[in-house]
Amino acid sequence: MTAPFGRRSCEVAANEVSGGYRIFSLLDREGPLPQPGQFYMLASERSWGEGGGRPFLPRAISVAEAAPAKEGVRLDFLVEGVGPGTDRLCELEPGEGVWVTGPLGNSFSTPRQVNPEAAGAILVGGGIGIAPMAIWRRRLVEQGIPLRVLLGFRNEAHSGGLTELFCAGGTLCPDVRLATEDGHAGHQGYVTDLLATMLAGDDAASAVVYSCGPPAMLEAVRALCAEAGAACELAMESPMACGFGACFGCAVPKPDGGYMRLCVDGPVVRGDAVAEVAHA
Amino acid sequence: MPDFCGIELTHPVINASGTYDAIAARKVFGDQLLEDFPFSAFVSKTITPEPRAGNEPRRIWETPAGMLNSIGLPNKGLEGFLREDLPQLAELPVPLIVSVMATNREQFAHLVEAVGGRDEVAAIELNVSCPNVHSGLIVGEQPAETEALLEALRPLTGKPLIVKLTPNVADPASVAVAAEQGGADAVSLINTLKASAIDPVSREPALAAGHGGLSGPAVRPIALQQLRAVLAATELPVVGMGGISSGADAAEFLTAGAALVAVGTESFRDPRAGARIANELETGVYEAPLRL
Repeated sequence: MTAPFGRRSCEVAANEVSGGYRIFSLLDREGPLPQPGQFYMLASERSWGEGGGRPFLPRAISVAEAAPAKEGVRLDFLVEGVGPGTDRLCELEPGEGVWVTGPLGNSFSTPRQVNPEAAGAILVGGGIGIAPMAIWRRRLVEQGIPLRVLLGFRNEAHSGGLTELFCAGGTLCPDVRLATEDGHAGHQGYVTDLLATMLAGDDAASAVVYSCGPPAMLEAVRALCAEAGAACELAMESPMACGFGACFGCAVPKPDGGYMRLCVDGPVVRGDAVAEVAHA
Repeated sequence: MPDFCGIELTHPVINASGTYDAIAARKVFGDQLLEDFPFSAFVSKTITPEPRAGNEPRRIWETPAGMLNSIGLPNKGLEGFLREDLPQLAELPVPLIVSVMATNREQFAHLVEAVGGRDEVAAIELNVSCPNVHSGLIVGEQPAETEALLEALRPLTGKPLIVKLTPNVADPASVAVAAEQGGADAVSLINTLKASAIDPVSREPALAAGHGGLSGPAVRPIALQQLRAVLAATELPVVGMGGISSGADAAEFLTAGAALVAVGTESFRDPRAGARIANELETGVYEAPLRL
């Protein structure tokens, strides 16, 4: 399945505050349903680069949820305002236009595609990186694949999306475990502590791990999985101007030397197909 | 119907080298890309004699109305290009211009002979923003180096040779004149402007390479003036580029005398930008704001 050629205008259907983040929805009248793990390049039609000249480039944002809607597809995105581009996306008003290119990139493989012997999936999300875990979790649940979801947050101000994406009727879905650095909910510590405990079990190698989150967390997940012999797929992030292979900006080192372009070779990358995840 | 160095084009908008990977774009967007191809000719990413991995990240950085890049010319090398990429680029519905770069005259000659000998290739663009390993000088910053390179390459192919000029010189027109005297068929300008930024968090240079090249609307007035200076000094047809984002922008360059315009950074923001700009030119959407 390919993306419609060029950018298109989509209307903002909603934009709500969620924890310290925002969740906004677009109505996409032209595009296909995205696959879990895919992303879009987004820029508001108005007030993008006026005045101070930034934001200038569109921003790559992973899709958190997608569903057929009247007259198209509803796309949900989780954003945290951390700079001029995401700040502007946080301010979107219903009815405004957003330039959209996508869906772009590859998507998660099912556990059996990764390992024919796989018994289930472990999803590990951190911070804003819980977004692609949400759409992937929903798809795996629909397919009846056994799973555990481990989500980590610094504190309540960085727990946006949890209620909307991982709760049913106001209650956390039973397959979800939390870890928070300040201990306000769940295990006090890192989400990778929970993963380490799970992977210490006898059947660790029969689970396929999927993860998205800050680089230091992804590196910890990659290393834990490599040690435990569990296959993993990481949804990664890299500075990206175009999203379709044109700019060569999103280079990620490969273990055997050279670089991949994360936009067309990712954003979902097998743990053994990437060198150590670079983090500060 | 523009005629550029004997190549018939359907409109005056092409791409800047290194800003569009038509092979990757076809995988992302499918054959819609071919049906609605945004450019009237396709300029390849620069090919070097041997494969290059490109620079260590971080490679790009957003700036006001533009961006910095230091990509480092990742490419498969001549052999890989001819074997893997050229057959796919030959399927594009427009003439193909191949950009080449080497660090000495012998290797440049090898590239021009090998690429110029292929029927799929309509013209060759010479990326001269590189050092000559013998002299240590950047070829495109030195009129004498540029003229000598063209004199060496001119006899090797009957295909049009386009020299991509660097803006990082005091007098780009003198380099254009040297290219003309050496036998070039056209020049294209501008390449990116040498520039840098500091990452406010790390307080280190934002790009791993320390500096990079600035592109986008921020450079457009500079590009336009360099185009005018070159046009005043040579008879060569000129491909004008630098921050062109709309039909109105393209009209500025064409009105100043450019034979063609090229779109680069705007394609990152809109994969179909070339087609949009060509359409805006054709339908005169630009006419209102263009008051020269």
